Amino acid sequence: MSEPRLIEISPLTRVEGHGKVTIHLNRDNEVDEARLHIVEFRGFERFIRGRLLWEVPVIVQRLCGICPVSHHLAAAKAMDQIVGVDELPPTAEKMRRLMHYGQVMQSHVLHFFHLAAPDILFGFDAPAEKRNIFEVLRQRPELGRRAIFLRKFGQDIIEATAGKKIHGTGAIPGGINRNLPVETRDAFLARIDEMQDWAMDALALARDYTLEHALLVRGFASFPSNYMSLVREADGALDLYHGSLRAVGADGEPIFDRLAYSGYHEKLVEDVRSWSYMKFPFIKELGPEAGWYRVGPLARMNTVDFIDTPEADAARDELMAVTQGSPNNSILVNHWARMIEVLHCLEKIRELLHDPDLQGSDLQASGERREEGVGVIEAPRGNLIHHYRVDEHDQVTYCNLIVSTTHNNEGMNKAVKDVAVKHLSGHEQITEGMLNHVEVAIRAYDPCLSCATHALGQMPLQVELFDADGALVDSRTREA
Amino acid sequence: MSGFTFTIDGVDVPAQDGQTIMEAADAAGVYIPRLCDHQGLRHQGGCRVCTVKAAGRSFSACTQPATPGLQVENETPHINKLRRDLVEMLFHEGNHLCPICEASGNCELQAMAYRLDMTAPTKFPYLEPSRALDASHPDIALDTNRCISCGRCIRASQDIDRKGIFGYVGRGIRRRVAVDGADLAHTDAQVTDHAISDDVCPVGCIIRKRVGFATPIGERKFDQGLIGHEIEERGDD
Repeated sequence: MSEPRLIEISPLTRVEGHGKVTIHLNRDNEVDEARLHIVEFRGFERFIRGRLLWEVPVIVQRLCGICPVSHHLAAAKAMDQIVGVDELPPTAEKMRRLMHYGQVMQSHVLHFFHLAAPDILFGFDAPAEKRNIFEVLRQRPELGRRAIFLRKFGQDIIEATAGKKIHGTGAIPGGINRNLPVETRDAFLARIDEMQDWAMDALALARDYTLEHALLVRGFASFPSNYMSLVREADGALDLYHGSLRAVGADGEPIFDRLAYSGYHEKLVEDVRSWSYMKFPFIKELGPEAGWYRVGPLARMNTVDFIDTPEADAARDELMAVTQGSPNNSILVNHWARMIEVLHCLEKIRELLHDPDLQGSDLQASGERREEGVGVIEAPRGNLIHHYRVDEHDQVTYCNLIVSTTHNNEGMNKAVKDVAVKHLSGHEQITEGMLNHVEVAIRAYDPCLSCATHALGQMPLQVELFDADGALVDSRTREA
Repeated sequence: MSGFTFTIDGVDVPAQDGQTIMEAADAAGVYIPRLCDHQGLRHQGGCRVCTVKAAGRSFSACTQPATPGLQVENETPHINKLRRDLVEMLFHEGNHLCPICEASGNCELQAMAYRLDMTAPTKFPYLEPSRALDASHPDIALDTNRCISCGRCIRASQDIDRKGIFGYVGRGIRRRVAVDGADLAHTDAQVTDHAISDDVCPVGCIIRKRVGFATPIGERKFDQGLIGHEIEERGDD
């Protein structure tokens, strides 16, 4: 019998933001407790107060450098309501959608190829020095090259719609500030076939990995939960930009459906725990124990009725067939779901590029001012909620943000515990490879910890090992 | 009016009696950096960014009359360093958050920093003043965090609008622009005033409400070229 230990994984690597994991081992080296701690604090919800409403989409996108478009658009959607606009001019809505599809695909591509692929291609236990994009480029140069150019395509779409690849200014309350010139459209159309072919190949890679490692995937941090996402109001299709809220249980039965997202706070409650800056939301009617839920690509596959683009819909059918149409609970399947969404985004981008509304000149609508606005969007990592109140002087008086990673907080903590119990319990020696299993579980959610705490800083990972008395015994830290 | 010539950085510049160095330079297509000077407003000589040297002395080019045979130094490394320091101090004195400011791309302070190769404001301590946003007026807001005390709004309001809405308060480093009243809502400011026009305030301090970020990136004033390029292009004709 050895002394109880505390393992600390800090910093977490290949995720966006800064977090750490602590694992408490008892005297028999069994995992007592395992937690994901989010140690950043930023306070956007507080300091946005007093700012002017049209500044908000530009300010809050600074929460993140990976998916600023999601925050930009969620805030803009909330401000649309505040300026009294329920329906944007077609050009404005389609330009925003184009921006969003470009954003989702580039973020998913970044995560799959740059962050997750090293684990998939080389194994969770591969030497740490091999688990990075440079080794992908070395061993699979064509795959690495495609990763870079697929991502570039998405970023070029963002630049064409927002003015900059990162932190642009496209969406304004009630509309958009530009349309898409014909020559820009044609340049994208010239590249779209190749992008879609590459997305199909990436999808095949993710699918084949999942199916070929079915045993690992089913047993790796796989547990039932509730799921939530936007679905298209009319028919329950996947809609990343707009819709109403649907939550389903582990059995696929709806908990709530077609909920106008302005009423999110009637269904969702945010719990606070002393050891993390990230809140723990849950579905009010189910309570904190049973009401936690997950969001993100796999959650969306589980909640929607279908996908309205043919290739992605066929791919979803294949994914859902694994669980005979019931929600898939295996977090590693997120990679497959993510690649389905990349394909979906490219299909939607192609559709939009053929739509002459993108060259329209009616860019902004106005209406009667309101005091309150809620904007919800499906960000790459899942559902994203922005809620504001604005006074008669145009100044923000209230802000509440629930970001994707926050929705997934309980799920990530359960995944950490599950993997820690399975892969660390009973071992005297804790290896780096074992700890990477914990990271792989977190990474499957593609968490953005900076966004989740609306926080500032880097994204290192720390794992701490505590003894039975709570004293720190061992820790492993990786710098960002 | 009789004409004469003087030189700026060794180049002959024609001038008329009564013209300032800057007026003659502008007409000849020679750009002298400036922040507080603005076409149509009386010269102030306050910001000192237009400092030039002649006969061993420093002058503000916007107020100093040109004289026959004067040999003016303008674009020298030494003078541009002084200008860069002045601009840098302006950044440190206020709260200039370009990434979230609606004036970004149209802001003369930002544009001047680019022209003077001020890549990062790191030389001086940030004063980080605490200044409240005045959004009381239905059509105008005033964010003095971004004010550089150039006084252009003061001169425009006094001399052109004949209103005197803006004025200086305080002394020394605490001197700042304020409104004549409890807040903007308690003045007779109107969005149609010349002092409120997007031309007068060089930064993002005077805000016309509900138009921010409507101009796409790429079409903003200084997306087209460095500040002063329009004057310099006159010289290329």
